[in-house]
Amino acid sequence: MSSKTNSSSNKIDQYRRRLLGGSAAAVAGLTLAPGLILNTVQAKPADQAVSNKNRWGLLIDTKKCADGCTDCVTACNTEHGLREIHGPATDAQWIRNVTLKNKSTGHTVNMPVMCQHCENPPCVDVCPTGASFKRDDGIVLVDKHICIGCRYCMMACPYKARNFIHEVLTDQLPVAPRGKGTVEACTLCVHKVDNGDGTTACADACKHGAITFGDLNDKNSLISKKLEMTGGRQLRAELGLNTGVRYQGL
Amino acid sequence: MKNIRYTSIEGNSIKFLGLLGVYGFFILLGFYAFITMEHEGHWITGMTNQVIWGLPHVFAIFLIVAASGALNVASIASVFNKSFYKPLAKLSAVLSLALLAGGLAVLLLDLGRPDRLIVAITYYNFKSIFAWNIILYTGFFGIVGIYLWTMLDWEVEKYKRIAGTAAFIWRLILTTGTGSIFGFLVSRQAYDAAIMAPMFIIMSFSFGLAIYLLVLMASYKWTGRELGDAVITKLKNLLGVFIAATLYFSLAYHLTNLYATEHHGIEAFVLMEGGVITNMFWYGQVIIGAIIPLLIVYLPRPAKSRTMIGIASVLVILGGLASLYVILIGGQSYPMTLVPGYEATSTFADGAITEYSPSIWEFMLGMGGVAISLVIVTFAVKIFRLLPDSLADSIAAPQK
Repeated sequence: MSSKTNSSSNKIDQYRRRLLGGSAAAVAGLTLAPGLILNTVQAKPADQAVSNKNRWGLLIDTKKCADGCTDCVTACNTEHGLREIHGPATDAQWIRNVTLKNKSTGHTVNMPVMCQHCENPPCVDVCPTGASFKRDDGIVLVDKHICIGCRYCMMACPYKARNFIHEVLTDQLPVAPRGKGTVEACTLCVHKVDNGDGTTACADACKHGAITFGDLNDKNSLISKKLEMTGGRQLRAELGLNTGVRYQGL
Repeated sequence: MKNIRYTSIEGNSIKFLGLLGVYGFFILLGFYAFITMEHEGHWITGMTNQVIWGLPHVFAIFLIVAASGALNVASIASVFNKSFYKPLAKLSAVLSLALLAGGLAVLLLDLGRPDRLIVAITYYNFKSIFAWNIILYTGFFGIVGIYLWTMLDWEVEKYKRIAGTAAFIWRLILTTGTGSIFGFLVSRQAYDAAIMAPMFIIMSFSFGLAIYLLVLMASYKWTGRELGDAVITKLKNLLGVFIAATLYFSLAYHLTNLYATEHHGIEAFVLMEGGVITNMFWYGQVIIGAIIPLLIVYLPRPAKSRTMIGIASVLVILGGLASLYVILIGGQSYPMTLVPGYEATSTFADGAITEYSPSIWEFMLGMGGVAISLVIVTFAVKIFRLLPDSLADSIAAPQK
């Protein structure tokens, strides 16, 4: 008798639980759904999906790159929230100013060096998890969610363009999600590219006009026209990586 | 063939517990180093954006390379059917598993995000030799584990040859993979060489056998079991061949580089001007790691002394660590050429030779890995019947 009562009260309990659970789920659904739908809409690229119709790149005219000027470096640091922490050996430097001196003639050249956004990036080849990846439009990035911090990409990069985050970071900027224990590099200001700004922080900041950003696939773009007129050289071209960053005046 | 009785060791003496205590101490130190590095970030180590892989990788790669080499003794017995080596095979398989575990522990704990181990084993980029290595290392545990089972359980003993052959092939591929981590790097002057893969294989033969010899001699001495000259003589002669072969590969690598003008810079750095790296190469790799051990194992007088053979094995291990230091740290310290014919300078150490001073944390982590390997072997000889009661000449030698 008592077991029967128990079982019927158990059933009532089950119904009650179901009802409560169902209501809770409905309330949760009603509360979260608009947010989810909204987020989905927001997460879409501003205008269209990334495609290989574009190949974004930079052209650097070393003849215009002024001695001692660090505007592009400062602009990059400000744009992405990079700052001095424990010194140059471990601090992130997405762009660096390199001075080249010809061994036989003594001719000196200044130029910024950053991730060269290769068509065949060695960093992407060696990355065990696929965190290092190249977008269809040629921009090479690191997926911060699956980078395990093995640094093999840094070993593989012929331009030493990648940095490892050696310490805990705070106050990161939304455009540059960065975190301890992962690898990062120049993103070619991907947030600006996706926003349709048509420039990068470094190109924008260069008052000497030494840096041109543009679409290498578009024959009518300024970068393509400049390259057609005066040519451009790839760093370590012998590796056959077909870099997205080209240099003039070397 | 005489019947050989395998027994586990008692393992309850003060000495045994003391040994475990020492290993435990080093494992704790290693764990403390890991926690500190994980908490603070890698800036507290000697590693930088220039020297990306440091002392932990020297230890890790040494242990991983030695792991596959330690399996050699078992392979000679099972694959090449040399019955002389059969009593030595079980320890060989266990040692190889233990060394791999220690090496992988160091490699894993040095990651920037060790908490993402699950990512490393669920996301694969099959063009990456590193991803292949993750599969090769995991597979090694499985295959050598099965091989060990066929050696320990008479019911599955009939599969021993197949399992042993599979393990032998797997280990060759595994070390090819480890060497190719460097062989496939096009960016740096010191790497990008196909010889890396076979060189790592021959290095593994040498390092693995040196560790095997030491573990074997220590196990027999500390448990009061008899270990005859026949076993020692064979193994030390084999070690001699491996040391000479390793030296030959290193010679071929450097001679090839010396022939090509573009590599003269890195060669001058390693062989003459590299300070610590140069000393590591000549004193560590060549003199301590090869010439002195070769003299010990082949000169009639020292070759008769167990102590001297033990010293030779220790020197091979030290030389092995030095040679990996030269390959790893030397290869990264030397700058990459951005534009041929130009000298580069920058705030990011372009064109400059990078000084690397390993931190105590890195050393502690590396030693922790060594201790993990040793504690596994020590436990294994207590739990499993791995060691023959006696390897006296009357028992071991008639099996030739």
